[in-house]
Amino acid sequence: MTNTTHLIRDARILGGERADILLRGGRIEAIGPGLAADGAQVVDAAGAVALPGLVDLHTHLREPGREDAETVATGSRSAAMGGYTAVFAMANTDPVADTAGVVEQVWRLGREAGHCDVHPVGAVTRGLGGEHLAELGAMADSAAGVRVFSDDGMCVSDALLMRRALEYVKAFDGVVAQHAQEPRLTEGAQMNEGVVSDRLGLAGWPAVAEEAVIARDCLLAEHVGSRLHICHVSTKGSVQIIRWAKSRGCDVTAEVTPHHLLLTDDLAESYDPIYKVNPPLRTAEDVEALREGLADGTIDVVATDHAPHPSEAKETEWCHAAMGMLGLETALSVVQHTMVDTGLLDWAGVARRMSETPARIGRLTGQGRPLAVGEPANVTLYDTSAERVVDAAAMASKSMNSPFNGMTLPGRVAATFLRGVPTVLDGKIQ
Amino acid sequence: MRHLLSAGDLTLDEATLVLDTAKELAQVGGRSVKKLPTLRGRTVVNLFYEDSTRTRISFEAAAKRMSADVINFSAKGSSVSKGESLKDTALTLQAMGADGVVIRHSASGAAHRLAEWVDGAVVNAGDGTHEHPTQALLDAYTIRERMGRLDGLRVAVVGDIRHSRVARSNVLLLNTLGAEVTLVAPPTLLPVSVRTWPCSVSYDLDEVLPKSDVVMMLRVQAERMNAAFFPTAREYSRRYGLDGDRFARMPDHAIVMHPGPMIRGMEISAEVADSPRSTIVEQVANGVSVRMAVLYLLLSGSGSGTGN
Amino acid sequence: MHARKHADDGSQSRAVLEGPEIDRALTRIAHEVLERTKGGADITLLGIRTGGVPLARRLAERIEQVENRSIPWGALDITMYRDDLRLAPARAVGRTEIPAEGVDGRVVVLVDDVLFSGRTVRAALDALNDLGRPRAVQLAVLVDRGHRELPIRADYVGKNLPTSVRENVTVRLQELDGHDAVLIGPARPRAGRAPEETATGGTGTEADR
Repeated sequence: MTNTTHLIRDARILGGERADILLRGGRIEAIGPGLAADGAQVVDAAGAVALPGLVDLHTHLREPGREDAETVATGSRSAAMGGYTAVFAMANTDPVADTAGVVEQVWRLGREAGHCDVHPVGAVTRGLGGEHLAELGAMADSAAGVRVFSDDGMCVSDALLMRRALEYVKAFDGVVAQHAQEPRLTEGAQMNEGVVSDRLGLAGWPAVAEEAVIARDCLLAEHVGSRLHICHVSTKGSVQIIRWAKSRGCDVTAEVTPHHLLLTDDLAESYDPIYKVNPPLRTAEDVEALREGLADGTIDVVATDHAPHPSEAKETEWCHAAMGMLGLETALSVVQHTMVDTGLLDWAGVARRMSETPARIGRLTGQGRPLAVGEPANVTLYDTSAERVVDAAAMASKSMNSPFNGMTLPGRVAATFLRGVPTVLDGKIQ
Repeated sequence: MRHLLSAGDLTLDEATLVLDTAKELAQVGGRSVKKLPTLRGRTVVNLFYEDSTRTRISFEAAAKRMSADVINFSAKGSSVSKGESLKDTALTLQAMGADGVVIRHSASGAAHRLAEWVDGAVVNAGDGTHEHPTQALLDAYTIRERMGRLDGLRVAVVGDIRHSRVARSNVLLLNTLGAEVTLVAPPTLLPVSVRTWPCSVSYDLDEVLPKSDVVMMLRVQAERMNAAFFPTAREYSRRYGLDGDRFARMPDHAIVMHPGPMIRGMEISAEVADSPRSTIVEQVANGVSVRMAVLYLLLSGSGSGTGN
Repeated sequence: MHARKHADDGSQSRAVLEGPEIDRALTRIAHEVLERTKGGADITLLGIRTGGVPLARRLAERIEQVENRSIPWGALDITMYRDDLRLAPARAVGRTEIPAEGVDGRVVVLVDDVLFSGRTVRAALDALNDLGRPRAVQLAVLVDRGHRELPIRADYVGKNLPTSVRENVTVRLQELDGHDAVLIGPARPRAGRAPEETATGGTGTEADR
């Protein structure tokens, strides 16, 4: 921390021209070829891509309540390792983040850990119960300054309550992030409903249960003139509905997870719950539609839905296993593999979807800024030419439930700078 | 064959070998000494997480007739009910040197998971709503004994297909053995992707019955009645129950099967269940022979068990 | 049930018994059985699968010709009683067919093609024990090639054939192979072959391992 001046040599700015970047006093002081700075610590990027620090709109840090799975400290370290400088911590903790007290606790823990900015998401309803609005205004006015509200894990399925929430958060420019899942259609649901679930005898989670709620909420948001964000879009139909809603002028944004961009429901044939997640892995046709939707802007952001679980919650029968998978430390590699290496996105497009837009949706002012002189020095250096076999045991996360474990994926986060301070250097946590 | 997890894992040759072996082993039941020394020194664990006395007894009788040591491990009154995980139980069985584990579990895929955690052979004795391969084998055996063949036979499977592990295993196995399967159920009790299965589908029992050589009636579980899969038990029975009138419209040579336990009156009327064309009692006897064959083929050879 | 193997058709095998000699040996055994059992009033012939079954039938026919009455004969499958099940993949089970007279109180003559280690006969005695209680059990074999591993000897022998353990004895029978012959040859030249595999071949190939 003593030396807050860093000179990044030979980075490719958003994958384009090669330049040096000088970080001083928490800001980007200069960008250009052949920069020199006395006393600066030199970081040789060796042609790595420079991106604005990544922002994750959807992370589960599990603290308070499930510190055996993850803590704010371990989760934010995992985020830094993945190239993130800010994460939004979901509200389904124990106690639920539905009061100013809990969101301030999470916010403070994040500041103490110091690996990345931690912005708590506030619950929409008290205790995620889906019946009474939580004190949204108190959370917005708290030190944590909450702007994103979500019952993630649970759907705000009551249409009237959803309408009220959408309306209410307008008072402080908030947004409701909906976990779209019609509860009656998904009672006991274990995986995507289709050929594979029918064969495996696992209760199905039909696409319509997601799509129907998204359609309803888009219409509601349009009707009351509110912002709406859709969490973890997983089906082709959802992409089509969001595309249609946007064409009508509805102020809706949507996210897709890395795992939904790569993995499909046939992985469940192993009955290994490492592939159990909510919403579930879908079909190859859905994956293709999600990639297209992310490329053409229908889907605005990539969010990890990083969901740590202890091994005993996964080393069990499928239907007794917890839903969710790790994502922070593999997100950029999966996006490179599915979107960049396939020619669907360039690195500027990645920066928009993994930094700029999520910061804008969450109303962060110091994150997701361009790589330009005078901007906050939140920078991620990403070596696109590296290749690695994913090793869940070596991750910074406290849990190991990565579905990518053992897979060979491209790329490696070489360094992450949070306001000029390296949180990761040479691929190692600082 | 290292485990028996799904009826779909069996090739035609393997399935035929099981049935042929069962046919020979059936003789043992008629001898004064109803025992073979074949699996002496081998340990078979019956790991039953669900109450199923008839299946457990059938496997137990099969293992004992082959001289295996049988350990019954049921969820009630064991560490399982105290929350021990399936994996920890598996490691315990492993340490005890179980050569074979017969598992019945309410979770689909439990047998697959267990097979990853133990070295011994795993036999799926019913996992959730997934499969029950030995039931399908004994059904196929029963059909072959009664009808003399399986190839080209028309088999109607009637009832709660969606939640039935018996139906899943039967569709796969009967298809492998060359029978033509037609599933008959209200649309609510059929899986959404049933059209991709290797069988025909009908909503109309009366249309299918006259064209069937075998009619297999499935159990409709009580909990389905409260979940709007059909309006009332009476309506279900009227549309999909096998009563005397419908029985009379079946071809004279056709047989009626039921995996049991059956709900007399709703799925099948008493006169049909007790008719000589019903195979319900011999299905039980055949179950022991088929399970002996499965245990023999999985546990006797060099490619099986824990070796020493 | 078994695929019949003819792995040793090679030129190195030589016939030690041909059809007519086999015929004569069986005829002699038939007479010996009658003599030893004093007319064979309550004998039952049981052929050990697979090679012993046609031999049992032929012996029964010969005795019937001499005595002019029917002689019960059947087949005994000993797969489930073998002591080497764990040394090879699971084997297909054959059919045991016991004639209507049963075995209780009978003089059962077990019939096999080759007597070698004695283990097949041991298994057959166990199988027989589970089927009932014969008054006496005797053993007839077409060829005794020596090298016993158990205290077992034949009551009736078609031909004593001194062999090396490394040699391979094969019995061909009309009913199974299309012609009668007893062949002797070098061990089949398959590198790394485990000794017990010798026993798994078709009829008569070291059949009693």
